Amino acid sequence: MARRSAPEVNAGSMADIAFLLLIFFLVTTTMEKDKGISRQLPPIQEIEEEVIIKDKNLFIVLVNKNDDLLVEDEPMELKDLRQAAIDFLDNGGAPSNSPEYCNYCQGKKDPSSSDSPDKAIISVQNDRLTSYNMYIAVQNELVGAYNFLRNRESQRLFGWEFTYVKSQVDAGTYVGDRSKAEEGLKEIQALFPLKLSEATPKKN
Amino acid sequence: MSKFTKKKSNELPPVNTAALPDIVFMLLFFFMVATVMRETNLLVEQNLPKADQVEKLKKDRSVFIFAGKPSDQYKEKYGNEGRVQIGDKYTDISKIGMALSEARGKLIPELQNKVVVALKVDDDTNTGLVTDIKEELRELNMVRIIYITTPGNQLD
Repeated sequence: MARRSAPEVNAGSMADIAFLLLIFFLVTTTMEKDKGISRQLPPIQEIEEEVIIKDKNLFIVLVNKNDDLLVEDEPMELKDLRQAAIDFLDNGGAPSNSPEYCNYCQGKKDPSSSDSPDKAIISVQNDRLTSYNMYIAVQNELVGAYNFLRNRESQRLFGWEFTYVKSQVDAGTYVGDRSKAEEGLKEIQALFPLKLSEATPKKN
Repeated sequence: MSKFTKKKSNELPPVNTAALPDIVFMLLFFFMVATVMRETNLLVEQNLPKADQVEKLKKDRSVFIFAGKPSDQYKEKYGNEGRVQIGDKYTDISKIGMALSEARGKLIPELQNKVVVALKVDDDTNTGLVTDIKEELRELNMVRIIYITTPGNQLD
């Protein structure tokens, strides 16, 4: 008996099947890449320490229930908040012979504003009825002010952008000496420590 | 002897589609790998606020809290007040702790004490609700949080 070669399987519809699956996965895919503003909450302290903060080192941002801003007792538009915060943090008002003197600040050195970035505290006070949208917008602007100053200093000291290198180090994709980069990041963070305080909103 | 000479046709030969399944499979595998099936069924509205000064969320060490108004199909039953959702169900603010430790238990053990709480809150919520959540988190000593946002800037 002559040996018959096995007939070839018809694979013409394989593409159709694959397409069907492909479309299913295309539809169900949600490329999740969540990003956001990270924050460290203050731990609960048993004993409330009384720390005296000078008035001039405090930058008070009030948001009322109609989402209006009151910054240092003056109404302000959201778009001006970042610059105002930068001016406050970068002021460096301490005199040059005091230990708090800030030699990298480029601000106005106004003695009635903050002494140094290390002393400067931004305090945000919300109403309970403030919208979350506004809350995030304010936080975003304030973090933006810190990032602006940190980028400026890292550019000056190391020649790279703080935010860019930080995102790369966090993602583990940093090319080069990682521990050195981390040290640099720490140094910059020490120059402009994030001091954002949030008071518990007023009850009404 | 013309038996072996092929008939010459003037028609164009058809395009060879034998490699098409390969290409499609390649795409298919890409999407299969990249797909994350939605684990949670959202019970609250989720229009996240915009922000641009953001950091990436480390998914392997995060637990999620959703908050916002109940979605349309639950409005009649649960009203229009902002609510908190953890996992698949609404949670009372005072019971966040239990739900969160359950969620934390699902992470790999090495990362359980590095847990980050991701807050996905609808932009139309009152800040008061978020503050209550944060107070609870402080008591639970889960102090690392991240407010999930969408790319953009509210000034534009």
